[in-house]
Amino acid sequence: MATSLTSAKRRQLGRPVSIVGAGMSRFGAFRDKTSRDLFVEAFQDLLEHLDQGIDVADIECGYIGNYSADLFEGQGHTAPILADWLGMTPTPVTRIENACASSGSALREGVMAIASGMYDVVLVGGVEKMTNLPTEGVTDVLASAADGLYEVPAGLTFPGIYGALAKAHMDRYETNLSHLLKVGIKNHNNGALNPKAQFNASLRDMLERRKARAEQQGGPVPDWRDEMDFLNDARANPWIAWPLRLYDCAPITDGASCVLLVAAEIAANFTDKPVHIAGTGQASGRPLHDAEELTSLSAAREAAAQAYAMAGVAPQDIQVAEVHDCFTIAEIIATEDLGFFEPGAGPRAVDEGRTALHGDRPINTSGGLKAKGHPVGASGVAQVIETFHQLRGEAGPRQVPNPNLELGLTHNVGGTGGTCVVNILRRG
Amino acid sequence: MTEEPREFNAASFYAYLKEGQFMGVRCRSCGKLSAEARPMCPACHSREVEWFRFSGQGQLSAFTCISVVPAALAEKGYGRNNPYCSGIVTLAEGPRISARILGVDAASPQTIATGMNLALALEDLDEDKPALAFGPA
Ligand SMILES: [Zn+2]
Repeated sequence: MATSLTSAKRRQLGRPVSIVGAGMSRFGAFRDKTSRDLFVEAFQDLLEHLDQGIDVADIECGYIGNYSADLFEGQGHTAPILADWLGMTPTPVTRIENACASSGSALREGVMAIASGMYDVVLVGGVEKMTNLPTEGVTDVLASAADGLYEVPAGLTFPGIYGALAKAHMDRYETNLSHLLKVGIKNHNNGALNPKAQFNASLRDMLERRKARAEQQGGPVPDWRDEMDFLNDARANPWIAWPLRLYDCAPITDGASCVLLVAAEIAANFTDKPVHIAGTGQASGRPLHDAEELTSLSAAREAAAQAYAMAGVAPQDIQVAEVHDCFTIAEIIATEDLGFFEPGAGPRAVDEGRTALHGDRPINTSGGLKAKGHPVGASGVAQVIETFHQLRGEAGPRQVPNPNLELGLTHNVGGTGGTCVVNILRRG
Repeated sequence: MTEEPREFNAASFYAYLKEGQFMGVRCRSCGKLSAEARPMCPACHSREVEWFRFSGQGQLSAFTCISVVPAALAEKGYGRNNPYCSGIVTLAEGPRISARILGVDAASPQTIATGMNLALALEDLDEDKPALAFGPA
């Protein structure tokens, strides 16, 4: 039996917690930048945009999500190094690892540290520097988030497991390859409006640029008429793990993200526009072969149920959401697991444009992992940052056109559903 | 004299596989079967588990054909021009497990059907890195 979204025990924070500032590095591929450079960039962005400023010495504690600087950069024990480079020593900083949900979990640790009453001001964030390794190396590092004894020996890669999920979804529901491609087109359209995104361009722009380049170079010019033509061209969009192609996968990204959490009672010292943690949930799941269903992530359903219970809201109340689209199929499954659409109804919602920026349920206005980029350890907090900006009405050209925006949600998955963190944010 | 029972771990699982046997465990308390060699039952937490020999019969429940391959399979010649198939197999006894799917055309995924009957395939077992594999029954 799948977890009911209304069955979770109602847990409450010991006291309310608010987000008062956010900072993000540019996401992309930056040959000469290391994790510490990326995180310093995000932290400076936070300090520059904190409405009423802060003395760094007033930050009492930090939790930083990082999946694998060990394997990506040959650097372990990253937390104190980051503390040093932020000029924060001797403040305690702890690294949290939960694969691609590392910073989602880091944020929860920070929330609980404040809710416990122990600290009032906590920095949480995440960072990943992935582009030092060739694609094969990144494939191996990401595969190590799966079960090394029973999944990896079976040849399953990270895209491979999501490929199998996609196939199961297609077998069970009306899902087809076009639905997957449409998720990518939508997220690139949003990413085109996000100056920090790795792909700050729509797929239409990207294909036109490629055609122009081919023409300049005097080579044969591809005859793509639209995004679908481009995405259905096996040379432009090769298979990675059938039924997933290159443009179904989030890219390999360098980047960092951070937010400042404070006890709600002192939020006014930092900003007039705080965003409150209304609910938070986290759950663990099993490998796909041991999952209850092959078309849903049970950890996502459980984490969502916890967050909805804490916030006292229902899926229908959520007005904007950032979900973990490490693969296009993952976004479709997320919108079903979160209760936005019935199981199997996710693809139709994509067809109808309901999840687009101007739809009734905007999903991944930032461009999502797909277009904004997916520096795995930084993604959970980056989702929270987008939601923070949306709820404060400062998302610029990608602001959702809803004058009564109050509730947003983030859904951050580690690996292939081993971990899921769901947060619900409320405008202050 | 009876043989000392093997420890319930992956080393034993793959040692059995090299001997041609797909051995998982069965919980003596609640009867739960696991295709993985676990020392404790995840359902009832009993440590009273015993080896259980799977028949090696099953059905393909989901699959993928992988073109961007891990280093270990690149060494065997797989890659963009030679994808391989991996999938989730529902065993005749009930549990599911991840496995390589051999004897299918991974370059033409539309020719591979979920629901197809499978049987344990031992012929291509790598002595150094043994992997569970199935092929069309
Ligand atoms: Zn048991």
